Amino acid sequence: MSARFEPITGRYMHLDLFDRPHRIYVEEAGEGTPLLCLHTAGSDGRQYRGLMNDARVTARHRVIAFDMPWHGKSSPPAGWHEEEYQLTSAQYTTMVLEISAALELDKPILIGCSIGGRIALHLALEHPESFRAIIGLQAGAHVDPYYDLNFLHRADVHGGEVAGAIVSGLVGPDAPEKERWETLWHYMQGGPGIFKGDLYFYKLDGDIRGRVAQIDTRRCPLFLLSGEYDYSCTPEETLDVADSIPGCEVTIMKGLGHFPMSEDPQAFLTHLLPVLEKISQA
Amino acid sequence: MTGVETEMIETLQQRVNDDQGLVRRGRYLTTTFLLEVGHACWLISIFEGRIVSVTSGPFVMPSSAFALRAPEEEWKKFWSERPPPGSNDLMALIKRRVLKAEGNLQIFMSHLRYFKEALGKLRAAAGGA
Repeated sequence: MSARFEPITGRYMHLDLFDRPHRIYVEEAGEGTPLLCLHTAGSDGRQYRGLMNDARVTARHRVIAFDMPWHGKSSPPAGWHEEEYQLTSAQYTTMVLEISAALELDKPILIGCSIGGRIALHLALEHPESFRAIIGLQAGAHVDPYYDLNFLHRADVHGGEVAGAIVSGLVGPDAPEKERWETLWHYMQGGPGIFKGDLYFYKLDGDIRGRVAQIDTRRCPLFLLSGEYDYSCTPEETLDVADSIPGCEVTIMKGLGHFPMSEDPQAFLTHLLPVLEKISQA
Repeated sequence: MTGVETEMIETLQQRVNDDQGLVRRGRYLTTTFLLEVGHACWLISIFEGRIVSVTSGPFVMPSSAFALRAPEEEWKKFWSERPPPGSNDLMALIKRRVLKAEGNLQIFMSHLRYFKEALGKLRAAAGGA
């Protein structure tokens, strides 16, 4: 009686990546300037449900989120059961560019959070011509490991329970309970070793400290937004990156944590909408 | 630690045991860990998710599966009503290298949500003190 459908539609894309066939889940809502969304480590595209359900965004943007291979409703490639998943900067860059091309997106705005924010910095440096603007959420140049990552993937520790518990404190204190626990549920649903494999990029392979100052915001505008309560990528780390890049605009979001678009979409939109407006006027 | 704070730590037993959901999530957890707050310490024993004893030190030869050690001022921030950024979570304290987790951390990590929520119970105790 009270059924209601969201304006989001999902499809499965078949695409060769890294010389292997992949089945990738892509969902989208809205029309207009493409806004390509990258989820955090160990989670999936559901993190952008708030943007896709907000008419202030979708009236002028085609909001698109894909689940990275091995994540969400995307499959791991055939043969996965004999492999250890490990994300690298090169793979991640290729994945974003290839999926954007396959969707025939014309210079999308890119928005990415955490590992997505880090690869946003890589793309701002190496492929600025491919994007209209780049928005990095919780984007820092590097994070040192601060716990033994092996606990994320061992048979005597439940992977879903530990992934959810590891990140629970990264949600800001004011997040609505429903959105907080939805965000953590995505982490609890991750496949064995996937969060850990993503963190290989985040904490080891994806270090961009030595090159981040070379980003040229005249070629592609760069906006960084970080939550105050993020202790993984701290506001100070985001401010350091912003200070080293002329023309980079930075916002520290009071009360928010590491998953702004998912933990508290309404609070996050108060920060994002002005950025989208500014991009549309450029 | 003043006497008031010692009493606060000792409220942990009832505060945890009164939370049926927390006890249920800890039903496969039986262990003893050492909680160190500056120079003061407690041995906290858990049996199938229920805290069975909170014993105040000092100890001559304390036996525990693992220990959580942090300066008093760090625990005070962690237990404040609205902890500031960097003090709102055990992992935040570990990231800042002010909380030392030592020993058999498989027990700690396999029940990380339990330990975060159990120690977070003292936040309410601090607020009421």
